[in-house]
Amino acid sequence: MTMIFGVPAAAFFGQLLLGLINGAFYALLSLGLAIIFGLLKIINFAHGAQYMLGAFAAYLLLNYLGINYWAALFLAPLIVGTIGALIERYLLRRITHIDHIYGLLLTFGLALIIQGLFTNLFGVSGNRYPVPSELSGGINLGFMFMPYYRGWIVAIAVVVCIAVWFLIEKTKLGGYLRAGTENPALMQAFGINVPLLVTLTYGFGVALAAFAGVLAAPIYSVAPGMGANLLIVVFAVVVIGGMGSIMGAIVTGLAMGIVEGLTKVYYPEASNTVIFLVMILVLLLRPAGLFGKEA
Amino acid sequence: MAMTETKSSRNTAAQEQKKAANRRRTIVYLVLLAIALIAPFLAYPVFLMKILCFALFASAFNLVLGYTGLLSFGHAAFLATGGYFTGYLLSNHAITPEIGIITGTIAAIILGTFFGLLSIRRQGIYFAMITLALAQLVFFFYLQADFTGGEDGMQGVPRGYLFGFIDLENNLAMYYFVLAIFLLGFLLIQRTIHSPFGQVLKAIRENEPRATSLGYNVDAYKLVAFVISAGLAGLAGSTKTVVFQLASLNDAHWHMSGEVILMTLVGGVGTLVGPIVGATFVLTLTHQLAQSAVGDWVNVILGVVFVACVMAFRAGIVGEIQKFAKKNFK
Amino acid sequence: MKLIKKVLTAAVATAMTAGAAQAAITDNEVRIGYLADMSGTYRDLAGPNGLEALRMAVEDFGGTVNGKKIVVINADDRNSPDVASSTVRQWLESDKVDMVAGLVASSVTIAATKVLEGSDAIGLVNGSAASSITNEHCTPNHIHWAYDTYPLANSTASAIVAEGGKNWFIVTADYAFGHSLENDVRTVVERDGGKVVDTVRHPLATNDFSSYILQAQASGADVVGFANAGGDTVNSVITAGEFGLAQSGQTVAALLFFLNDVHALGVQTAQGIQLVTGWYWDKDKDARAWSDKFYKRTNARPGMVHAGIYSSTMHYLKAVEATGSDNAKVVRAEMAKTKVNDMFTKGGYIREDGRMVHDMYLAQVKTPAESKNEWDLYKIVRTIPADGAFRPLSESKCSLVKK
Repeated sequence: MTMIFGVPAAAFFGQLLLGLINGAFYALLSLGLAIIFGLLKIINFAHGAQYMLGAFAAYLLLNYLGINYWAALFLAPLIVGTIGALIERYLLRRITHIDHIYGLLLTFGLALIIQGLFTNLFGVSGNRYPVPSELSGGINLGFMFMPYYRGWIVAIAVVVCIAVWFLIEKTKLGGYLRAGTENPALMQAFGINVPLLVTLTYGFGVALAAFAGVLAAPIYSVAPGMGANLLIVVFAVVVIGGMGSIMGAIVTGLAMGIVEGLTKVYYPEASNTVIFLVMILVLLLRPAGLFGKEA
Repeated sequence: MAMTETKSSRNTAAQEQKKAANRRRTIVYLVLLAIALIAPFLAYPVFLMKILCFALFASAFNLVLGYTGLLSFGHAAFLATGGYFTGYLLSNHAITPEIGIITGTIAAIILGTFFGLLSIRRQGIYFAMITLALAQLVFFFYLQADFTGGEDGMQGVPRGYLFGFIDLENNLAMYYFVLAIFLLGFLLIQRTIHSPFGQVLKAIRENEPRATSLGYNVDAYKLVAFVISAGLAGLAGSTKTVVFQLASLNDAHWHMSGEVILMTLVGGVGTLVGPIVGATFVLTLTHQLAQSAVGDWVNVILGVVFVACVMAFRAGIVGEIQKFAKKNFK
Repeated sequence: MKLIKKVLTAAVATAMTAGAAQAAITDNEVRIGYLADMSGTYRDLAGPNGLEALRMAVEDFGGTVNGKKIVVINADDRNSPDVASSTVRQWLESDKVDMVAGLVASSVTIAATKVLEGSDAIGLVNGSAASSITNEHCTPNHIHWAYDTYPLANSTASAIVAEGGKNWFIVTADYAFGHSLENDVRTVVERDGGKVVDTVRHPLATNDFSSYILQAQASGADVVGFANAGGDTVNSVITAGEFGLAQSGQTVAALLFFLNDVHALGVQTAQGIQLVTGWYWDKDKDARAWSDKFYKRTNARPGMVHAGIYSSTMHYLKAVEATGSDNAKVVRAEMAKTKVNDMFTKGGYIREDGRMVHDMYLAQVKTPAESKNEWDLYKIVRTIPADGAFRPLSESKCSLVKK
C-alpha cells in the first residue's frame, strides 16, 4: 500500500476530497462576505447567523408549508436575502458615513439577537432536515464511500461561485458595482441609483450565506448555533484571500478547506486553529492577503 | 493693540474655562472615589470586585481603541494569561498574592510585546484580524496545556495573605485591595493619556501620516501603548483570578474580546470614565437579567443594547453626557 | 474560606450550647436557588424546563415545609465559572439560600461546590456529567444525583464488548470530559478483552465530522464510540449515518447522549444506537405519570436531568421536614439515611462521597417502525443494578471516603 506521510494513499485522497467539500462551504460563505466588504466596507458579523437563517428557512418551509429542498434552494436565499436588504436599508445605511468599525459592531449585535431568538424558539439541540431523495445514498469510489449529496455540494457550490465571479467581473452590472465601490459620487452623477445598488448587494451577499445554509441543512444539525463557530473561520478565509477580492475568497475558501482537512488527519486537535496560523503567516508576508492589492 | 488685547483676554477666558473643566473633573473623580469607598457596605462586594476588574480591563482596552485608534480583537488573551499565571503560581507555590499578580501582569506584558511586534504595522480590519488570530493560538495553547485544567478551569486558587499578613479571605480586605489595584491602573492610564506621549498618540489617531511626517516613530508609540494596555488587561485578569479563586477558558475565548468591546462602546470610546461606566452597566444588566424571569432572553437583550448603541448613542453613555453638557452648559 | 469556617465553627459551638438552634429552619424560609445554563449550549439539558421541574417539586410538596415557605430563585450561569462563583457567594451571603439546584457545566459545578464547601447550604447536582464531581472534587456540601460519566462509559462499553464489539475507534472531544470518557472506555474495553485500535481528538464545536468518520471507517474497528457531547454528538451521528457506518458493519456507540439529542436527531437517523441513561420517561408507571404532568406544563418530555431535579428536590424537602432544619450537615445526614423511592428510582441511596447510587438503564434508540410518537425514543434493553453501576468507593479519590 502506498503511504503518504504515514497515511495510506487511499485515505489521503479521501481526506483531500472531504476537505475540498468543506472548502466549498467556506468559498460560498467568504464570497458573500467579500462582496459585502467590497461595496459596503463592512465586516458582516451577522454572516454566520444569516447562514443559520438559511438552514432554518429550509427546515420551516419543509415542515410548515411542505415546500421541498429544491424549491427551498431558491426560496430560502430569497427570503433571507430580503431580510438582509431590509437590514441594510433601515440600519446599515444610517451608519455608512462613520467609521466602518460600527458596521461590524452593529452586525455583531444583530447576530446576537437572531441567534438568541432562535434559541428561545427552537431550543439548542437542533433539528433534522432529510437529504432529498434524489441525492440519498452514495457511491464507492474505491478509496472511500462518497455520499451523492456531498458530491452535489461541491458541484453546485463551484458553479455558483464561478457564476458570481463572472457576474461581478465580466458583466455590465458587475462593472457598475465595482465602479460604485471606487467612486460612488461619480456613479450617482451618471444616473445610477447607488443606494439601491448597495442594498441589493448586501441582500445578495446575505442570500449567498443563506444558500450555503440550505446546502448544509441535510448534513448538519439545523441548530441556532450552527453559524457562530463557522463565522470567525470564514473571516480568516476572507482576510487570507485579500479583503474584497472575489477570486481570492473562492480560491482561499477551497484551499483552506483542504488545509483544515489534512490537519484533521495529522493533528486533529488543531483543526480549528490552523487557519489562524495560516492567516498570521500570510499577513506577515503579504499584508493585503494573497489576492488583495496593496493599498 | 486692540487685537492682541482681545486675543490675550480670550486666552485667559479659555484658561479659565479649562481650569473650571479641570475642577469639575476633579469633583467627579472625588465623588466616584467616595462611592467606591463606601460601596461594599451598600452592595455585594464580590460583584463590585468583578466590576472593578472588568472596568480595569475595559479601560486598558480603551487605551488602544479610544486613544490610539486600534481595534484589538485579541485582548482576551491578555486577561487569560494574567489569570492563568497568577492562578498557577498561587496554587502551586507558597507566594503572596501580590507577587502572583505582578508575575501574571509581567506575563501579559511579554505576550503583549509579542502580539504588538507582529501586528502593530497593520491597520483597521487587518489589525483586528491579526490580533484575533494570535488570540486564537493562545486559546489553543491554554486548551492543550495541562496546568489550565481544560474546560473545568483552574479551581480553588487560594486568596492567601496580602504582603504575608492581610487575610484576603475577608471580602472587605479583598475589596480594598482590588480597588487599590484598579486606582493604580486607572491613574497610569490617566497619566499616559495626559502626558506628551498621550498627545502624540492622539495625533496618530487623528492623522497618522501627519504624525509620521512630523518625525514621530508612529509604530514605536503604538507599540508602547499596546504593551501598556496588554499589561493592564493582564493585571485585571490576575486580580480577577484572586477574587474568584479560579481561572477559566471563558477568559481566553474570543467572546471575551467581543464583550470588552461592548463594554467600552456602551460606556463611551475615548473617554476616561466611559469604560468604567460601560463595564458597570453591562455587568449589572447581565447580572440582573440572569436572575430575572426573562433570564433566557439575555443574549437578545444584549444584542438590542449593542444595536441601540451603534444606531443612537454612538458616543456611549459618558460620551453622550459630555456632548449634552457641552451643548447646554457652555 | 477560612474565615467562613471559623465563623461556622463558632456558630456551631454556640448552637450546641444554646440548644437546638441548628435544628431549625433559618430565616423562617427554605430558600432554593436554581443555577443553570438558560441561554447557551446546555439550555435543553436542564435550562428553563429544569426550573419548571423544580417548581413542580415545590408545588407537590405543598409550597411549605413545617409551615415555613419554600422560596425559589434562579439565575443563568452563562456557562461561566465566574458567574457561578459570584452568584452562589451572593446567594449564601445576601439571599440566605439553603439549597442550590441545577448545576450543569462541570466548570460551573466545581466552582459552585467550592463556594458551598463549609457553608450551611447544600448543592444538588443534576446537570453535570463529570464523575470527578464526587471523586477528586467531592465536598460534604453536595450530592450528585441523576448520572455521571462512569456508568455511561462503562456500561455502554461493557455491553457492546459483550456482544462481540472488541475493536474500538473512539472519536473524542478534545476537552477534559472527552478525555475522561475515552479513558473510562479504554479501561473497560481492555479489561473485557477488547482493544482500542485508534482514537481521534477533535476540537469542541467542530463543524464537520466527515474526516473523522472516514478515519473511523478506514480503521476497520467493530465499534465507533463518540466520546463527545451535545451538538458534536448529534453531528457525529448524522455524519455516521450519511457515510453508512452501520451498513459497513460498524456499531455506533454514543457515550454521552441525552433524550434531547435523540429527539433532535429523530429515530430515522439515531435508530439502533445504544446508550446508557439514568432514567427514561416511559420506563415505568410512576415515571410516565410524572412525565405526563411535566409534558402538560412544558410541551416536552423530561430528560433524566429534569427528573433528577424533581426527585432530588423532593428528597431534600422531605429531609428538611423530618429534621426541622435546613442546615446542610443535618439535612445531608438525613438524606443519606433514607432511601430514594420515587418516580426516579427505587431503593436509591446516597454514598459518603455524595454519589446518589441508583439503577441505570442500557437503552437502544427505537426504529421508525417501533416508535409511536416523537418522544417514543428508547427501548430499555436491560437494567444495570445500582451496585456496580457507579465508580466503586474502593477506587475513589474522594477525601470523605474512609479507607
